Amino acid sequence: MAKVTFSIGGVHPHDTKLARERAIEVLPLPQTLYISMAQHLGAPAKPVVAVGDRVKTGQVIAEPGGFISAFVHASASGTVKSIAPRADLAGNMVPHIEIAVDGDEWVEGVDLSDTLVTEIPSDRAAVLDKIKACGVVGLGGATFPTHVKLNPAPGSTAECLILNGAECEPYLTSDYRILLERTKEIVVGAAIMQMVLGGCRCVIGIEENKPEAIEAVRRALTELPYDNIEVLPLKKKYPQGGEKQLIDAVMHRQVKSGGLPISVGAVVQNVATSLAVYEAVQKNKPLITNTLTITGDCLPVERQHNYLFRIGMPLSYIAEYAGGVPAEAAKLISGGPMMGRAIANLDAATVKGSSSILYLRADTTLRKAESACIRCGRCADACPMGLEPFLLNRLYKAGDLEGLEQASAHDCIECGCCLYSCPAYIPLLDHIRQAKGQVMGVIRARAAAAKAAAEAAKAAEEAKKENK
Amino acid sequence: MPTTIIWTIAILAGLGLLLSLVLYLVAAKFKVEEDPRIDEVEKVMPGANCGGCGFAGCRAFADAAVKAPNLDNNYCPVGGNEVMKQVAAILGFEVKEKAPQVAVLRCNGSCVNRPRTNVYDGAASCRVKAALYSGDTACSFGCLGCGDCVAACQFGALSMNPETGLPEVDQEKCTACGACVKACPKQLIELRPKGPRGMRMFVSCVNKDKGPAARKACSAACIGCGICAKTCQHGAIVVENNVAYIDPAKCKLCRECEAVCPTGAIHGVNFPKPLDKEAVKARIAERARKAKEAEAAAAKEKEENNG
Ligand code: SF4
Ligand code: SF4
Ligand code: SF4
Ligand code: SF4
Repeated sequence: MAKVTFSIGGVHPHDTKLARERAIEVLPLPQTLYISMAQHLGAPAKPVVAVGDRVKTGQVIAEPGGFISAFVHASASGTVKSIAPRADLAGNMVPHIEIAVDGDEWVEGVDLSDTLVTEIPSDRAAVLDKIKACGVVGLGGATFPTHVKLNPAPGSTAECLILNGAECEPYLTSDYRILLERTKEIVVGAAIMQMVLGGCRCVIGIEENKPEAIEAVRRALTELPYDNIEVLPLKKKYPQGGEKQLIDAVMHRQVKSGGLPISVGAVVQNVATSLAVYEAVQKNKPLITNTLTITGDCLPVERQHNYLFRIGMPLSYIAEYAGGVPAEAAKLISGGPMMGRAIANLDAATVKGSSSILYLRADTTLRKAESACIRCGRCADACPMGLEPFLLNRLYKAGDLEGLEQASAHDCIECGCCLYSCPAYIPLLDHIRQAKGQVMGVIRARAAAAKAAAEAAKAAEEAKKENK
Repeated sequence: MPTTIIWTIAILAGLGLLLSLVLYLVAAKFKVEEDPRIDEVEKVMPGANCGGCGFAGCRAFADAAVKAPNLDNNYCPVGGNEVMKQVAAILGFEVKEKAPQVAVLRCNGSCVNRPRTNVYDGAASCRVKAALYSGDTACSFGCLGCGDCVAACQFGALSMNPETGLPEVDQEKCTACGACVKACPKQLIELRPKGPRGMRMFVSCVNKDKGPAARKACSAACIGCGICAKTCQHGAIVVENNVAYIDPAKCKLCRECEAVCPTGAIHGVNFPKPLDKEAVKARIAERARKAKEAEAAAAKEKEENNG
């Protein structure tokens, strides 16, 4: 089959998947876990345990703090030592529940065996409830609560469920490893989500630099009894894993500015999320583990690892277990080298969406001195959203909010292609991200004002009616 | 030939006259009545168009001042009392005098006081940096050092001190327009009264972390110990969220708090003499001793009266 990809922009960084041959290892439990209350998009979770409480593995320790929010569970058994703010990855204070670990005693009703359960339940509402109760969130980066995404607003129908196995970021191999080692579980998870969405088509998109994964999924599909699920090899290009890019590659449809994927009939989920859905629905197992890659260009291959970690393990604990931070590492990154965030505080705890600790050498990662724009247009060629990054940069510097909105600054997906391709090393994305925030603020304020005006008009009309 | 020239001149002159008549009529018909006092007020304004008053520029301010019922909500910080008096004279209003203010940096986190734990290589902008993380040091409240405030100041009153890594205010040039206050993403700049002969006291820190954490991050941090508040005889200091704040309206400039602060977070500026910490501490101890004696005497008296 002809390989496909998204139609505009994109860049081709070397894939550097150094840890690809390293099988997933299970990390031992640390003495203390710090579980963040803000591990998902939306409102932070509210703790439901008190200091001194004894908790079991998998027990709910915090409940959703709003409609878009998620349950949080204890990742090991132990005693709640404190509920207090603690510095996260970026050094910002976020409430955490600290658990003094005493072992791994699970709550009742969780199936801890390895047996594959292939039977798909048919009660849609019950499945969604289970996904919600198990705290499943999107593990592709945005950590959007999965039960909300799988339950599109009435009136919209899903035509295609896209499973994102692109893993287009260089270095990262955790999705690749689970595609190899947990293939069948991922496919069952996909079939469950397919059922929830009303039996639509399902496409598992995997980039061509992972032929073993493509082969493994193909094999699993022939062995499992599901219809209407297929693998689609994708041409390697960054940012293939971007939601809008993947929809373009798979369905050849474009999501409008400000629109959701469901507006073109698509729902995109990451392969890791599919695994979490499988464990939640078939095994009753809450999301307390995920896979993380320890990698980087200053580590020899034998020191690279893919780990199954418990959520709440401090990054420093994992780094220590893996042999410490290499001396040549100039920058530590959580996530991929393109979109990941530099780790300002290695003591920060892992969260549901943690995917890597990346050690990079100075010459690969440190930014070079900025010089003037030479109007080469490479940023505009690279932008997968069809924006003009050089223009956005200029408008931001001039403080021209109207111009920024006209130039669609709010459509930026923060992929970093512009910054990556700029020969003058202009911090384009840094500025565009700010501009995006400002324009979104304006749009939101306008929407709120329009809503208030409409409500006032309605109230006035009603008052008029009553007077009559 | 000359007739052509004459004709040309005549036609053009006629056309000019005709059009000017049209323009005159249009201008007369669509004349916008503008209060002449707006122009008068604008003339006395400093003309910096800095927006410190909250309006788009000096003319917008003049317009608002003319329309307002009084001057209570309109004040030009750049022109200060001088200009406001003139404005009041034009408009026939009373003006409430305001104590002149100056920008004050509430962070002490120089390179010496605050060890760096991270290196930043992103865009040189405090706003960008603040959105990415909490800063290069363990203090998540302090100055980010990229100088957004410096760039915002139209009056050249701010500059980055390369040695401390902190911005410095030139109090002669600062007009208290407040542009830097708005520019700082960490809310570290406060407009405070200049004080008599420029003397003023302030806590140069906003760190809300608990004492040990704050101290570990920065040796000159306010640790919220409250000694200053206990020492102050004028009730000018409150400690809230682990950080002290001096109310300039109550402060009597005695400098006792500065002498007792264990970290040096309290700054007194423009005092004629350097602070003699030991002398001030001795004075405080003496006062405490006397108070104790008086208390003991009172207790004794009470006992005698009872007995
Ligand atoms: S970061 Fe934004 S502007 Fe830059 S290439 Fe990506 S989408 Fe385009
Ligand atoms: S502790 Fe206070 S003085 Fe020190 S860097 Fe932080 S805010 Fe500044
Ligand atoms: S230092 Fe701040 S308040 Fe003073 S003039 Fe400059 S911007 Fe205005
Ligand atoms: S005071 Fe604020 S704006 Fe000025 S350099 Fe420091 S962080 Fe930046």
